[in-house]
Amino acid sequence: MKHFLLAAALILSAPAVMACETVTIGDLTIEHAWSKATIGAGRPGVFYVEITNAGSVDDALIGIATPAAGMPMLHETVVQDGIASMPHAMSIPVPAGQNVQLSPGGYHGMLMGLTTALKEGDSFPVTLSFEKAGEVTVNVDVLSLRAEGPDCADAGQ
Amino acid sequence: MRLRRLQLGLWVAAIAAMIIFAGTKWATQGEGVAETSPAFTPVFTLADEEGRIRTSAEFRGKFLLVFFGFTNCPDVCPTTLSDVAQVMDDLGADAEKVQPLFVSIDPERDRRLGLAAYTAAFHPAILGLAGTEAETQAAANSFKIFYGRENDAAAPDGYSMAHSPGLFLIGPDGEWLRQFTYGTPAADILSDLQSRF
Repeated sequence: MKHFLLAAALILSAPAVMACETVTIGDLTIEHAWSKATIGAGRPGVFYVEITNAGSVDDALIGIATPAAGMPMLHETVVQDGIASMPHAMSIPVPAGQNVQLSPGGYHGMLMGLTTALKEGDSFPVTLSFEKAGEVTVNVDVLSLRAEGPDCADAGQ
Repeated sequence: MRLRRLQLGLWVAAIAAMIIFAGTKWATQGEGVAETSPAFTPVFTLADEEGRIRTSAEFRGKFLLVFFGFTNCPDVCPTTLSDVAQVMDDLGADAEKVQPLFVSIDPERDRRLGLAAYTAAFHPAILGLAGTEAETQAAANSFKIFYGRENDAAAPDGYSMAHSPGLFLIGPDGEWLRQFTYGTPAADILSDLQSRF
């Protein structure tokens, strides 16, 4: 049933695959959501996105949820004194007037307990929870394992 | 008299040797592990994806690009291995002069999850190695790098790995040449390699 629901979600979201979807909630704009293909479902997937806060009030990303993974969490890659570690991020600040990127080598969503392997060309929904703005869902494009950034014409990478 | 002369000569030689030894030792200590550190030859003995024992000695004649990581790592490891894959593609015919190695610092779990499928997904040239805990620690010591297990209830299997995220370049004679720090663009790694052929 879980697989069926996921399959249905993937099919329903299919027309939006190439959209590089942009969604807004309040003063927040969420765009360039992408992920990488995984090798099987046994290893975690990753989630990257860009959030712009055009308002005058600080907000924060406090959690993510998705039917694609049983245990999605926010993490931050930290390289300190030449050692990389990946602590759990309780929340990611989205200050007023600023643009925050979850991108390789920094903040990222870690998608543990994948329901199924993520395949290049797929897309899946992720619901972002903000401390003040509330919840908003964005479709995430699964790119190649070797992708380095979002595959959108307007992406600044 | 001749004996005394010989004794004197030996004493001079011995003192000279001591001074040279002390001098080199002092120089070694003074420089730390910067890119200019004196030459050293890291060694390893680790099993590959098929369980065959591979040693540093068998790769003499090739440049080695060595990365220590773990396959459950969602961010740093795929980013670096993607860069390595890009370098191997861009080397063209020179690719045969370079052997990229992925050394697992989480060997037991990585063997269980499948090392070959992981490295092949990035590039067929990348060879995955996963030894025993002792062999892995010995290899890390030899490369002068750190890794450690961090208990994290929120991570898969309750732990994650902290590690030196650099990519290490070893010369055809086995000597350490340099480190590419995490995030070095593939194009920079490529041009550095090409300047050495």
